[in-house]
Amino acid sequence: MKFGIVTFPGSNCDYDAYHAVTEVLGEEAVYLWHKDHDLQGSDVIILPGGFSYGDYLRVGAIARFSPIMQEVTAHAKSGAPVVGFCNGFQIMCEAGLLPGALLRNAHLQFVSAQVRLRVENADAMFTNLYEGGELLRIPIAHGDGRFVATTDVLDELEGEGRVIFKYADANGNISADANPNGSERNIAGIINEGGNVLGMMPHPERACSPLLGSTDGIRLFESILSRVAA
Amino acid sequence: MSQVSPRPGDPVITPALVAEHGLTTGEYERLVAMLGRQPTFTELGIVSALWSEHCSYKHSRPMLRALPTSAPYVLQGPGENAGVISIGDGLAVAFKIESHNHPSAVEPYQGAATGVGGILRDVFTMGARPIAMLNSLRFGSLDDPRVRYLFAGVVKGIGDYGNCVGIPTVAGEIVFDRPYGTNPLVNAMCVGLMHERDLIRAKAQGVGNPIMAVGARTGRDGIHGASFASEDLSAASDAKRPRIQVGDPFTEKLLLEASLELIKSGAIVAIQDMGAAGLTSSSAEMAERGDVGVTIDVTKVPTRESGMTPYEILLSESQERMLVVAKKGQESAVRDILTKWDLTAAVIGEVIAEPVYRVTEGAVVVAEFPGSRLVTDCPTYSPEARESADIHALRDMDPLSIAELPEEADPAWTLERLLAAPTIASKAWAYRQYDSTVRTNTVIGPGGDAAVLRVRGTNKGIAVKTDCNGRYVYLSPRVGGRIAVAEAARNVACTGARPMAITNCLNFGNPTRPEVFYQLREAITGMAEACRALGTPVTGGNVSLYNESPAGAVYPTPVIGMVGVIDDISHATRSTFQQDGDTVVLIGDPGGELGGSEYLATIHDTVGGAPPSCDLDHEKAAIDTILDAIGEGVITSAHDCSDGGLAVAVAECCIANSDAQLGAEIDLSGNAGKSNREILFGETQARIIVSTPDPDRVLQIAASHHAPAERIGVVRGGTTLEIKLPRGALRAPLSRLSHAYHDAIPGIMARTPEHATFEELAPVAAH
Repeated sequence: MKFGIVTFPGSNCDYDAYHAVTEVLGEEAVYLWHKDHDLQGSDVIILPGGFSYGDYLRVGAIARFSPIMQEVTAHAKSGAPVVGFCNGFQIMCEAGLLPGALLRNAHLQFVSAQVRLRVENADAMFTNLYEGGELLRIPIAHGDGRFVATTDVLDELEGEGRVIFKYADANGNISADANPNGSERNIAGIINEGGNVLGMMPHPERACSPLLGSTDGIRLFESILSRVAA
Repeated sequence: MSQVSPRPGDPVITPALVAEHGLTTGEYERLVAMLGRQPTFTELGIVSALWSEHCSYKHSRPMLRALPTSAPYVLQGPGENAGVISIGDGLAVAFKIESHNHPSAVEPYQGAATGVGGILRDVFTMGARPIAMLNSLRFGSLDDPRVRYLFAGVVKGIGDYGNCVGIPTVAGEIVFDRPYGTNPLVNAMCVGLMHERDLIRAKAQGVGNPIMAVGARTGRDGIHGASFASEDLSAASDAKRPRIQVGDPFTEKLLLEASLELIKSGAIVAIQDMGAAGLTSSSAEMAERGDVGVTIDVTKVPTRESGMTPYEILLSESQERMLVVAKKGQESAVRDILTKWDLTAAVIGEVIAEPVYRVTEGAVVVAEFPGSRLVTDCPTYSPEARESADIHALRDMDPLSIAELPEEADPAWTLERLLAAPTIASKAWAYRQYDSTVRTNTVIGPGGDAAVLRVRGTNKGIAVKTDCNGRYVYLSPRVGGRIAVAEAARNVACTGARPMAITNCLNFGNPTRPEVFYQLREAITGMAEACRALGTPVTGGNVSLYNESPAGAVYPTPVIGMVGVIDDISHATRSTFQQDGDTVVLIGDPGGELGGSEYLATIHDTVGGAPPSCDLDHEKAAIDTILDAIGEGVITSAHDCSDGGLAVAVAECCIANSDAQLGAEIDLSGNAGKSNREILFGETQARIIVSTPDPDRVLQIAASHHAPAERIGVVRGGTTLEIKLPRGALRAPLSRLSHAYHDAIPGIMARTPEHATFEELAPVAAH
């Protein structure tokens, strides 16, 4: 399976996603330049973390207009998998691929930490190799990760099983103390209506090696493989 | 030589103008003799920047020669943008540390951010991709609201810049002590990884080759930044805020990628950051290294605004700019790469055979200097050096003459206070704001003894750390200089890495004062001794003098940035206890020296006594022991014993990792000749606390290196630290120690400006 990793000028996790796909998964990966209009036959598109265009304005606000996003949007609309980590999630919300928005962290500081995620829906394209309620150790590193949406949208997301990860404490409780950025209802990752688009603030591509402290991210990529191959 | 005449509208050169440019009468006379005429205003500006302390090292250069700089694996020593060492497999590591103290004292956010930007450029201009950032920071007391403002601003500046560029910030140190109150120290270190074959030097070569300005455009910011960094801070410093540069990390990221592509393309022969003194120093230094002449036309330099004078263009310190010597005919290849990254590139001059440094404004020559003398003619100074009698008297003080406080009857009380002292307490408040895991190489991140990064495609790892105890250097500069190197080496070794080489940042006061010059000379002597003994040559660094304000000088602070190599990354070792039931072994002497200790400073508000002695044979034995033991796989954790002594080190082993705390039962009751406080809080050097399932083997290895070592206890349970003493014992629940250690700085920083009272804020606003 071929993964296309979009490189915006300020992307800085494209390299990490590339290595997770090629070294850990053993699959093919290509970098897709933001100025191009060619997905090079990729099956899965990754919008990586970073600071797409500096993000001095609202995060992701400029990136959604970059040339490659037309093809990425069409790919998503076709039902094919598109995933966004961190800045990628922010860009997806700006591009209308996912509902809601990501605002400055409630405490106004950038936060880099290893957090715990609880798997809220283990049937999704991106989570089918996890157990429901399982706790994952995945790093976060962001200044604008506070997920917000209207109450209606939040209820709809939860009702349809589209919230797939929430920030949790060591005992699996969805508590305020475990919420690193003030996200509504501790939401860390959501999927679109079609279930083929995932956006999440944590970095599963950084949790793919025992040497780096966690391998909990690997099964997210493997879930896509198993679902798409099936 | 060309005809150079004053530009219409330039100020007349007067003694007052010369003084304003920071040149002494003697230096001005030297300049006139070199030119054979009066300088123009533009020429005066150029020389004021290049002969500033910051650029010329005029008070430190002669002494720096005392430092060892070579080893078979050193590919590039001092004199380039960064030092480079080989780590085998065709790979090399480029690294350098630099100060941004003065800007950070006035504008902490931009001062720190541009410090990070500058050191990143120094590393990637060598052809290396930056893989890690470190920061060595010194502030005054956090009880001072302005210090909290400086601390918060510096941390945010470092984070915002490094996070955006996407380089993990993995290690460093933060010390809080009053002498840094108005003059914080902000030293940033960058480490880069490269193929040896990609190493490129900033040496202008090839007559006829075009000189190009690439990256951001030149604006009016940061003019005279280098001179600003070369004078004492004063009440007038705030008015010089425009001399501080403004950083743009997004442009830096583009410039990083474009520069690495340029180097790989083979279209260029040299590249250098336009850092301090901007275009002036980058062009003059590249010409001097290549022993060629250069000519630059300022009208060709892309500027942000019209009407900039040659003086302004030459001295601007606008950030994110590079000077490139391209191969003739390859200009468009260079332009194509920069255009891909949405940056500008313009030919602004060329390498010439005539041995002159010439600046033109169109056809008119506005500045011209003979050959490389612009750089080499700068005078050097070796003023009088004399130890301050006051400091000598402090050192002679007997720490044991200070009576214990009644509360110290319970040593747990003392330990808690030390763990909550901001210098010792957890720095997570700061490093949680730094992305430490981007690029997915960080095996051990912030909070450990040193950070460890894996080297992809090999089995190796790189360990990095900065260190310096300024209080020791203040009390005894030579011993303190030795300890700074030894402690950095020990920290790196505790992760399992062989210490290889250092970069250093010498932060001192005003060198024209004999007591400061004495500190500088002695500290360098001590560093040189330790570097020789431990086999860690100096590959470069930075000297920052005039770190003083009307309140006085900072502690002399020669910060050491150490790089080590782990041959087998699976041996990377953490500092905290990992396994219940392990035996705790102390490598090194039980010791008990209280002079210059954190105990005296925190508990008794006293700075005095002789700092701990530093026997370099002992240091080497301890390092060799720990490396062999880790290499054999018999060590589960290793932690350097430093600030706060044995009790603090053991407590950190128990509680520093708040996710997995483990208790310990330690027995130090055999040291009957010493008081409890000496045993617990003395800061004797060359000590490492390890936990091991195989203590016999560890003791054997120590014996083979003639390192003292003894069993001192066991890792046990998850609730209590107990230390048996000759008189009584220290018993403390981990929860209390953990609260002291982890909540101290967040507690203080919660007193942020938003929560401060008006009375607290008034002095901040007035500043």
